[in-house]
Amino acid sequence: MASVATPAQPRRRSRRTKLARRQTRLAWLLLVPSLAVVALVALYPLGKTVFQSFTDQEFLALEPTKWVGFDNYTQLFHDSLFRHSIWTTIKFSAITVAFEFALGLAIALVVNSNFKGRGMMRAVMLVPWAIPTVVAAQMWKWMLDDTFGVINDLGVRLHVLSHSHAWIADPSTSLAAVCAVDIWKTTPFVALLLLAGLQVIPQDLYEAARVDGANVLQQFWKITFPLLKPAILVTLIFRTLDALRVFDVFYVFFGNRPDTQTMAIYAQSTIVGDGHVGYGAAVSVVIFLIIAIFVVIYMTLNRLSGEET
Amino acid sequence: MTTAAEAAEGARPVARPTSRMRRLKKSRWGRVVARTPFYLLVALIFVYCLFPFYWFLRSSFTPEVKLFQTPVKYIPSPFTLANYREVLSASFFTDALLNSVIVAGSVTLLSLAIGASAAFALGRFRFHGRSFVMYLMLSMTIFPQIAILGALYTTISKFHLYDTLGALIFSYLIFTLPFTIWVLTSFMRALPGDLEEAAYVDGATPLQVFWKVLLPLIAPGLVTTGLLAFISAWNEYLYALSFIQSPGKYTVPLAITSFVSKTGSAFAVPWGQIMAATVIITMPLIILVLILQKRIIAGLTAGAVKG
Repeated sequence: MASVATPAQPRRRSRRTKLARRQTRLAWLLLVPSLAVVALVALYPLGKTVFQSFTDQEFLALEPTKWVGFDNYTQLFHDSLFRHSIWTTIKFSAITVAFEFALGLAIALVVNSNFKGRGMMRAVMLVPWAIPTVVAAQMWKWMLDDTFGVINDLGVRLHVLSHSHAWIADPSTSLAAVCAVDIWKTTPFVALLLLAGLQVIPQDLYEAARVDGANVLQQFWKITFPLLKPAILVTLIFRTLDALRVFDVFYVFFGNRPDTQTMAIYAQSTIVGDGHVGYGAAVSVVIFLIIAIFVVIYMTLNRLSGEET
Repeated sequence: MTTAAEAAEGARPVARPTSRMRRLKKSRWGRVVARTPFYLLVALIFVYCLFPFYWFLRSSFTPEVKLFQTPVKYIPSPFTLANYREVLSASFFTDALLNSVIVAGSVTLLSLAIGASAAFALGRFRFHGRSFVMYLMLSMTIFPQIAILGALYTTISKFHLYDTLGALIFSYLIFTLPFTIWVLTSFMRALPGDLEEAAYVDGATPLQVFWKVLLPLIAPGLVTTGLLAFISAWNEYLYALSFIQSPGKYTVPLAITSFVSKTGSAFAVPWGQIMAATVIITMPLIILVLILQKRIIAGLTAGAVKG
């Protein structure tokens, strides 16, 4: 924040304020294109979505759109498909974020120690992150194939499975299958973010702890964990928000099969598939609010943990 | 990890555990044995990250017929390039490659051009409302794209952009631009003020300083941010699925999910071709990422951790 250079330090006060005013004007001028884009692509559509959610607008409808007040929202309240999609999304988010965090932290701790090939490991960990989610989903769909998939084959060969299983089609395992893709794709990335946090921790802290006779677990709880907390929180926030808007993996795996719709898929198929723009807008607004609630929760947590230390 | 292994080593019933351990630690083989569990873990992570890649490589080089035979073969035999020939002669796939390059390329260039000037203002000037703009951009980076799908959908069709690449270029700015601004601002801020001040003393205008001094200095940042923006635009699926209809305008993610077998049977998905297509579209990304690995990690952590 502080290291902002001021062009040529002026001596007299009047000149300084004049300069400051010129600077401010230039700064806003430089910001105009960005602010215009954000207004046009995000803020205006957001306002329009809120407006649409109170109407019965249909895509390419012949009849004029009517104002319907809170009708869409009351209807939404009784919409069991939407409720189911919220539940699916939340289950997915809870499972993936928990696994990605636990596995990611473990991997980060392993890769943080000194060993040959550490640089290569970090490169390898970026690979799953770099490939498109759609592609990752396709790969896993093929690997999970019920007859020709490698997962079933390996499972049977290693006697983990008694027989091949239709992971994606079977409703009792379909959520797990989707989670596996997301966990595979994102865990290494979470690990990299946490690793960046780990590398900022000064090594002499650990040396001092060792001198004082602290064991590995004590070192982790008393040094690593508290100092890593900010990185952990940020990682969790970004992961949760990403998970809540999940679309690609589910869509590639199931299309819009009703029992495995996420909130985003429900909104998309309502708006684009069925053309119910008004009702879909209400769905979007509710999704927006749900995500906003999570943001507020995390920000409160962040502030609380900041006060603690 | 090491300590656990050493402890296990030391716990063996020997006469003088400490000296034995010390000897073990000193000898080369002892060190190797002690480190084995650790390296097994590293190997496990390695395999976990890369096995799916091996698998799609293997599938792309295996003849289509052999893919649908049990028992599953782990090495392509006989080795074939037929899947690649098939994919590259499918016009909808090559079109999709071109479309994706156009869309992701334009979005990246636009974001960098608009974003760099915003980053100049946010990173090197002090003015009222600066932190407000920063917060606005930050909140945009976590903005759920689904929330504005309907409004974008009606707006895009009103301006006759539906089923054009322009619709994608326009709408992708929502996630590339705020991110670009945020990361480039952190690069701008990290620059020392001396060079800039010297330029101002020599009578340079702010815009000259921007072009001649600052932009060259943040060139690495531009490359990293540009690559990240390119990847996210290249990978986008939701908007592409919603705003594009004709196969000739498909982007790569749309194309990869719309392969159908020649027989038209829903059950015979041409997995060999899909996997070959996968290799073609991911290899350039992977190579770029591996080359720019360090910078990407720096850029990502600047975007995420400094918030």
